[in-house]
Amino acid sequence: MYIIIVGGGVVGYHLCRALIDEGHEVLVIEKDAKKCERFLDELGSICMRGDGCETAILAEAGASRADLLIATTNEDEDNLVACQVAKHKFNVPRTIARINNPKNEKLFKRLGIDCGISITNILLEHIEEEIPTHPLIHLLTLPKENLEIVEVKIPEGSKAVGKAVKQIPLPPDSLLSLLIRNAQKPQVPSPETVFKAGDRIIALTSTESEQALREVLTTK
Amino acid sequence: MKVVIMGCGRVGAQLASLLDAEGHKVTILDIDAYSFRRLPPSFNGTALVGDGTDEDTLKKAGIEEADAFVAVTQGDNRNVMAAQIAKHIFNIPRVLCRIYDPLRKDLYEMLGVEAISPTIVFAHLFKERLEAGTKAKT
Repeated sequence: MYIIIVGGGVVGYHLCRALIDEGHEVLVIEKDAKKCERFLDELGSICMRGDGCETAILAEAGASRADLLIATTNEDEDNLVACQVAKHKFNVPRTIARINNPKNEKLFKRLGIDCGISITNILLEHIEEEIPTHPLIHLLTLPKENLEIVEVKIPEGSKAVGKAVKQIPLPPDSLLSLLIRNAQKPQVPSPETVFKAGDRIIALTSTESEQALREVLTTK
Repeated sequence: MKVVIMGCGRVGAQLASLLDAEGHKVTILDIDAYSFRRLPPSFNGTALVGDGTDEDTLKKAGIEEADAFVAVTQGDNRNVMAAQIAKHIFNIPRVLCRIYDPLRKDLYEMLGVEAISPTIVFAHLFKERLEAGTKAKT
């Protein structure tokens, strides 16, 4: 594949190395002369100096034959424009944008960016998972269906303890799919299953209902 | 008319004071409070510190009730991003932005963003003036 990377910072640099190792043809577009030099010294002439949002530069980079453009700068507006120019002016089939401000995730999707990766969100999720007391962990996001697969720990003293599944006012679009109770086989919770403190629930929920699900299972 | 302007540079401040003088309700945004020095003392509108590419800031600026949005910061990309937020997220009836780069201007016009490129406008103006001067001499 021919892949254009806009932005030769830390993300761009390591992404470039990884993609070259996989055998792809890669070109990096970077504004800063010093950063360009590093590419030249270490990886050969695969870096072009210029603004990757400019039509003229992308034309020179051969964007019309690119299979993929990845915008990795730390400015969301630059990443958005680089992807939009690539997509609409050069018909690049797939564009991926780094998103720094998580608020922009929806906007990028709306504006036709094929894939927006919110670095901050990913970082937050990973940190969250490492906090042992955190009651809700994201396991997987299904962006097309707008669904999340989450793990909820029922804490000591939660209102749900001692109640059966059918007594809990579950939010719409959420489904308790698995119950893990210490040292027992995982089971599918039935409406009669009674919650105990320390139970771990694997649940499916829409992004909107996530907060409500957390509340019914974990508030004291 | 209620107008939100993003960027209080020379153009933004001038536009804000012109509209304000005509009795329009103007809110002007800039990330640097120092930029508001460009507004005349008579300015009756609202000056708000904040980033116009941020939806929450735009809401604070009253974008939801605005009739028009104008993006005139120094950055082409910031302007087109804010313009697209105003148009596609907040459905503002009239959205205008400045794009210096003529090629990018063409693209965004194609994508439905109404844009003015000072580069093109000034090049034409200067050319016209030069030609008018030459004709007068001969």
